Amino acid sequence: MSTAPHTSLTAHVMPIDIGEHVLRCGFVGPQPVLALADGQVVFVKEDGLTRTRPHGDAAILVAHIRHDQILTGGEDGRVIRTLADGRIDELGNEKGRWIDALTASATGAVAWSTGKHITARDSKGEIRTREAPSTVQGLSFLPKGYRLAYSHYNGASLWFPNSEANPESLEWKGSHIDISSSPDGRFVVTSMQENTLHGWRLSDKKDMRMSGYPAKIRSMSWSHDGDWLATSGAEAAVIWPFKDKDGPMGKPPRECGVRPAKITQVAFHPNALVLAIGYEDNCILLCRLTDAAELLVRVPVKGQGSITALAWDKTGKKLVFGTSEGAAGLLTLP
Amino acid sequence: MTEKIPVTVLTGYLGAGKTTLLNRILTEPHGKKFAVVVNEFGEVGIDNDLVVGADEEVFEMNNGCICCTVRGDLIRIIEGLMRRKGRFDGIIVETTGLADPAPVAQTFFVDQDVSEKTRLDAVITVVDAKWLGERLKDAPEARNQIAFADVIILNKIDLVSADELATVEAQIRAINPYATLHKTERSAVNLEAVLGRNAFDLDRILDIEPDFLEPGHHHHHSAEIGSIALTVPGDINPEKFMPWINEFTQTHGPDILRCKGILSFKNEPKRFVFQGVHMILDGDLQRDWKPDELRQSKMVFIGRKLDRAMIEKAVEATRA
Repeated sequence: MSTAPHTSLTAHVMPIDIGEHVLRCGFVGPQPVLALADGQVVFVKEDGLTRTRPHGDAAILVAHIRHDQILTGGEDGRVIRTLADGRIDELGNEKGRWIDALTASATGAVAWSTGKHITARDSKGEIRTREAPSTVQGLSFLPKGYRLAYSHYNGASLWFPNSEANPESLEWKGSHIDISSSPDGRFVVTSMQENTLHGWRLSDKKDMRMSGYPAKIRSMSWSHDGDWLATSGAEAAVIWPFKDKDGPMGKPPRECGVRPAKITQVAFHPNALVLAIGYEDNCILLCRLTDAAELLVRVPVKGQGSITALAWDKTGKKLVFGTSEGAAGLLTLP
Repeated sequence: MTEKIPVTVLTGYLGAGKTTLLNRILTEPHGKKFAVVVNEFGEVGIDNDLVVGADEEVFEMNNGCICCTVRGDLIRIIEGLMRRKGRFDGIIVETTGLADPAPVAQTFFVDQDVSEKTRLDAVITVVDAKWLGERLKDAPEARNQIAFADVIILNKIDLVSADELATVEAQIRAINPYATLHKTERSAVNLEAVLGRNAFDLDRILDIEPDFLEPGHHHHHSAEIGSIALTVPGDINPEKFMPWINEFTQTHGPDILRCKGILSFKNEPKRFVFQGVHMILDGDLQRDWKPDELRQSKMVFIGRKLDRAMIEKAVEATRA
């Protein structure tokens, strides 16, 4: 692989020796943190790595990182919050059932699911539970109010945990996997088993189908202004326009970062129209939407797996990433 | 490229001895570790470190194929298991007594992520020698599980007489004369008989020979599920055969549980082999025909309401 030096940021990447499949990564305060599939939570500190095992010997299945904490759900059926100083507390215990999905809101609410069973815990620690019509695959809080979106077979549901009312249902036949809502709360989008995205405009439940992917879409990221949704699953990052009231309907998506390798992770910069793109061959590029300029972050290395986690810090100066084979790194923009 | 993790599917009607077989697999001194997926989490007495509870939720794929059902929970569980490497050498999926094995099997062919990391090794069906006769009358699932099996463990033979055993064996063979059958007490069987079978590996399709216990017996059964075997001398024209088999499995997919074939294509030095589960077909050229080998084509279909005359006529029309 050859890249002109002036377009490369590779010299600004600090490698992190992680050694296990990286499930998710992010920042707690200024500190990079990685959740590993084997059960470790690793904080990257000035003087080295601090490794903890909040779930003991059990593996971590799902993780969610907020500015002040990392939440993990494990094979032991526990949901655990770890703070930057390493303190942990148990938010839930599903008695050995796998935690299938986990999310948190900006205001401190947490939700998780095991099978059809969903638990929502508000910022005061008040617990509400609900049974979904079938196994819950994805969870996402809507940006406004205490409202949870969850995906399952044949659609998704929107639930106010503090209300007795039945959840509102969004129907579309098939198996819906991950779920995400737009930052303005106008749209909900799911990824589906058949390598497509499905969206609903919440004002009138109008359906939106976004298809043409060669693989499942397991990573979605909204731009900071909410106008764009970037997605993995193809050999280019596919970016759908959501600015207009009809969302992407009738409009072609933008594409960037075309390479002969599938994209596994996408992460929009927190305050610029720049997309970080991670590939199945562990290459990483930054792509600027306005002029499609590309910057190389990481050259693919054989045997280091695919990029499985990718996240910016809140200032947009640092980017942390990890792979399925235990490679990881931290980019600090010059 | 790393080796794919083999997955063994264990089916059988309630009380047939599935859990006994499972524990036998887990505790024999073979030095192998397994991840076990069970339907009833917390079920008594599964002797293993890594046991995962599943919901057995089946859904239809949106690909216009009504029999193309998969287990969504299994996709998620396998994704989770495969992230943490080196913990196990194989996966065993135990289904409920009432489960149809097809969605489990199809999951390993339909889902790209699952099929990249794992391979279906075989479907093992445990059958209760004493009660099978009754089950075949009242439980269509029991018939399905036998029809679908690669390996049948005919268990509890100590509870029946020699005559009863012969009858139950004939009943099994009437449904599925191709599975390997082992007669056991307390599910005692060599592990090689149930593990490492490669039953869905095209390279392992060596021959297709039915095993009918009593010659002639199978002609009289009136069971809804049965098998049809064909042998066609000489060569087949692939340009006629391939469209036919595709069309046939697409239109009759819901009724065809399994199919398998070794074909002699005209001017092709290699054997063409195929196998299928409902509408999902997999086929490829295999080894060369040996100089002393009779070039002929053999195929078998196991399923419901199969029309032998129609299939024979259609296959005959594809001869080169």
